[in-house]
Amino acid sequence: MKPFDFVQPRTVDEALAAWEPGAAWLGGGTNLVDLMKTGAVQPAKLIDITRLPGLDTIETRADGATRIGALVSNADLADDPGFARSFPMVAEALLSGASGQLRNVATVAGNIMQSPRDAFYRELDPPSDPLSGGASLAVLGTGGRFAAVNPSDFAVPLVALDAVVEVRGPGGAREIALADLHLPPGDAPGNSTALRPGELILALRLPAAAAGFAAHSRYLKVRDRTSFAFATASAAASLRIEGGRIAEARLALGAVAPRPWRVAEAEALLAGRAIDADLFAEAAEVALSGAVAVGGNGWKIELARRTAARALAMAAAGTPARMPALPASPFAPQAGDLIHA
Amino acid sequence: MSLSIRLTINGAPRDIALEDARVTLLDLLRERLALPGTKKGCDRGQCGACTVIVNGKRVNSCLTLAATLDGAQVTTIEGLATGDRLHPVQEAFIEQDGFQCGYCTPGQIMSAVGLIAEGRAGDDPERIREGMSGNICRCAAYHGITLAVQEATRRMAEAEKGDAA
Repeated sequence: MKPFDFVQPRTVDEALAAWEPGAAWLGGGTNLVDLMKTGAVQPAKLIDITRLPGLDTIETRADGATRIGALVSNADLADDPGFARSFPMVAEALLSGASGQLRNVATVAGNIMQSPRDAFYRELDPPSDPLSGGASLAVLGTGGRFAAVNPSDFAVPLVALDAVVEVRGPGGAREIALADLHLPPGDAPGNSTALRPGELILALRLPAAAAGFAAHSRYLKVRDRTSFAFATASAAASLRIEGGRIAEARLALGAVAPRPWRVAEAEALLAGRAIDADLFAEAAEVALSGAVAVGGNGWKIELARRTAARALAMAAAGTPARMPALPASPFAPQAGDLIHA
Repeated sequence: MSLSIRLTINGAPRDIALEDARVTLLDLLRERLALPGTKKGCDRGQCGACTVIVNGKRVNSCLTLAATLDGAQVTTIEGLATGDRLHPVQEAFIEQDGFQCGYCTPGQIMSAVGLIAEGRAGDDPERIREGMSGNICRCAAYHGITLAVQEATRRMAEAEKGDAA
């Protein structure tokens, strides 16, 4: 690891003043410290933001709108009973990510900012064939370029629920829709976000409308092993059901695009229709309609299609009584208290 | 650059001067504080061998920069037993054969202590396996590990009931 300066500001103002080109914010460090060990990231200065006051709280308004401080840990958010009750698929996604040890430390802001897990981003001397391995290659939203998938589980239900990111920087405070946070791939396979130099995430916000899906919300993650692995495909599905019909649907896919991938066309198709397995298959077909296989990963397109249809069926069957449940397994029964296969 | 931190390690306060902010909690424990019970496996947060309890929560000490921890309470495997009396999780690992070569065992035990405190798994084997998935055992003693966590969970719950009564 390259040497670096280390500072521990006590206020957000001090933190922003401490930033300079080459500096990096240090939250939980579970991603950054790992990347510094390989040399893939070499900050000249670490600004430890974990002592900043007021960034570790979860606030819920009477109308259900919720503000999550940037430093809340993944575990604390998933374990907050009120949060898990209102946003069950978000809790489910959080608990499907990483390990117990990592979730205790990793922050929610760090989760949405985590870098792709392809070796190209993670090693000092990346393989000459960038983005090798079809599992981490994006099949949607690439604009015809090579790109690695965004690895976050948490961001998938968040984007389906219209989450907003609150930031502050040298230019003042502003908000960025989570859907716009991760930029499309450029000429080089990069990891660029809409954050400007020196901007710091202070909170994530879910609007009041996001709380209306609690009864029918699931996050389904498919991966190479049952636990502690990144998704090969995932889907967050939420339905608001009135009188046996779908009043409103939300659907987002994970591990298929360089960003959490919301599919408005599929949502529009579902609205106003009666619950039906063929309808879910049709919506999933629409969700993957623009997908292009790269590096032999045509399997990912079919897997994502089936994952989306299954997640919609699981959401229609209802949120399990015990939440947070074990992360949903594709082998589990679709109704009731889910357990692993 | 010199950074001074104070940690409480296994109940004892320690004032530590760090010459370099790059030192991880894992290297501090093993190389500076003569506490080699915490093991270095992958050194990248993937294997769990370095698991310790910081401020009541299990963490990977290999990804934790010591400089960030001023004021923290740290418990390592060396701090679990009371004199010659083993912690219930340690006893259960012995009774249930929760290890073979033993290298991952301190991390497994600290992770189990953290998991039981989280109250997430209870004695449900599926939830224990999920909760312990951040700890790899290359000898694959997983069956015994799951039984040990189950047994320790039950025993600690009974002891707590006894204390309350």
